[in-house]
Amino acid sequence: MMSYFKLFALAAIAFVLAGCPQNTIPDPDPTDTTYPGDAGASTDGLDQGDTYGGEEIPWDDPSAGELTMVIYFDFDSSEVRAADQDIVSRHAMQLGSGGSVRLEGHADERGSREYNIGLGERRAQAVRQMLLIQGVAADQISTVSFGEERPVGFGSSEADYAQNRRVEFKYSN
Amino acid sequence: MRKLIGIVMLLIPVAGLAQVLDIEVTGIAQPTPVAVVPFGWEGDAPDMPLDVVKVIKDDLLRSGRFAPVDESKMLQKPTDGADVDFQDWSFVGVEAVVVGKLIQTGANAYTLQFQLFDVFGRRQLVGYRMPASRGTMRSAAHRAADMIYEKLTGIKGVFGTKVAYVTAKREGEGRLYSLIVSDQDGFNEHTIMESADPIMSPAWSPDSRQLAYVSFEGNQSSIFVQTLRTGNRFKVSAKPGINSAPSFSPDGRKLVVTLGGVDGNLDIYVLDINSRNTTRLTTHRAIDTEGTWSPDGRYIYFTSDRSGGPQVYRVSANGGTPERVTFEGSYNARPRLSPDGKRLAMVHNDRGNYRIAVMNLERKDLLVLSSGRQDESPSFAPNSDILIYATRQGRDGVLETVSADGLIRQKMASRAGGDVREPVWSPFPRF
Repeated sequence: MMSYFKLFALAAIAFVLAGCPQNTIPDPDPTDTTYPGDAGASTDGLDQGDTYGGEEIPWDDPSAGELTMVIYFDFDSSEVRAADQDIVSRHAMQLGSGGSVRLEGHADERGSREYNIGLGERRAQAVRQMLLIQGVAADQISTVSFGEERPVGFGSSEADYAQNRRVEFKYSN
Repeated sequence: MRKLIGIVMLLIPVAGLAQVLDIEVTGIAQPTPVAVVPFGWEGDAPDMPLDVVKVIKDDLLRSGRFAPVDESKMLQKPTDGADVDFQDWSFVGVEAVVVGKLIQTGANAYTLQFQLFDVFGRRQLVGYRMPASRGTMRSAAHRAADMIYEKLTGIKGVFGTKVAYVTAKREGEGRLYSLIVSDQDGFNEHTIMESADPIMSPAWSPDSRQLAYVSFEGNQSSIFVQTLRTGNRFKVSAKPGINSAPSFSPDGRKLVVTLGGVDGNLDIYVLDINSRNTTRLTTHRAIDTEGTWSPDGRYIYFTSDRSGGPQVYRVSANGGTPERVTFEGSYNARPRLSPDGKRLAMVHNDRGNYRIAVMNLERKDLLVLSSGRQDESPSFAPNSDILIYATRQGRDGVLETVSADGLIRQKMASRAGGDVREPVWSPFPRF
């Protein structure tokens, strides 16, 4: 059974953590266990057993974790970069267990808008072909090209262009 | 950031009223001095319902070919042709004089009367009385300016025509796309379609009553044809994959379109608007897109990168083997023919900059008309003498016009706000 003091301490800490915009008390020193103005009050520490702790070990399993939903392309290219081929393969695995994906191709702003629709489609199709080769059924994949119409980078720098030459994976179940 | 948005919203209506005319005349063009004398007014109210003289004067000024003289320089201000003193006007140094009156004939009925005189020849060149209401008065004034312009230059005026264009504005996380139709001087803007998804490639029907366009509603490109008067629209193509780049045939019954199919091989098709039947014109694995009819209806000009980079090709409208049309430079796309069939406008890569170029189809020489970094979407005015296109000003697109000889260029003050793109000039209105 939790003691009265423990409950009181929890309430006090909760109050401090929640913060109060009108409160002008300076930030407490985290190493100091006594808070300003708590004279006469009784406090207790939290039971260490109740809180999260321990060593965190990085775990990089290529078959786990979140799917990368966008890949980028070089200027005037619809070739999936070697480094991104694993990303496409992971989407192929994902689609192996069902669902469908819409591949949205995009281009940077340079040149004519309709021709850029063609370039975006070429990128979406490059990804589609990789998925088909890896066993994804044709009816699980649709493509759409937005050309330069849906930029992510709104400027006209190389960095903006590089962000905009992309294919996005959009899932629907 | 919030504050910025507030200021921008506040500025839009102000800019709309200010009508800033930003005219840059380049090269050797020498504007002809003319006088548009203040019109007489006979009506109930103290003032005319619309300053028709200003409309006519601005039209002539904006054409870049005329320099209307200031009112303070005028030695006389006749409102009737019989009172014009040619001696005075020759002394002022103008080559032509416009006089006229606006006469109220009913509650909402007026007569706009004007006469144009040749100062040296001492004779009337043209004169008309035109019926108008308050709603049509601006059009009547543009019509008068058209007749004046044609008499003095030998070129049909386009002041009574319209333009359509697309704007994109950021709205929260997304964007709002609008398809807008306005008078060619930017007045009378009407949003005819709005969407959170991109709108692209508006194209006028030859009778200027309809617009075809591409919409990405539902994350799929579809081609619509919308009747301007009613706002009714029909989805004419929504096949799997790309449905894009519509352009009307000269008879208005067909569209040339780009279809991609599930495999994404963009090719040129002819779509019969009534039956929705399609005929495939190209079969190449390359990107074939941006088809447009020659005014005589015999050819479809289009962009293809079958040779590597995009170039302009043409194919018989009945099908056959395409032939390459452009050879100068590594990038020539988005072909549009002048209505007289003599010139081909395109987006041309000029030493790393995307610019508007025009090729004389007889002489085959290419003339670069614009000077931006990312100019796009050239479209000829129906008189074949002027083009409109989009250029960049900061991050946003704005519209510019340029004479086909490259001598007269002007920015159209943006009234819609946002990123303005893909202007298309209407055909001549049919009376």
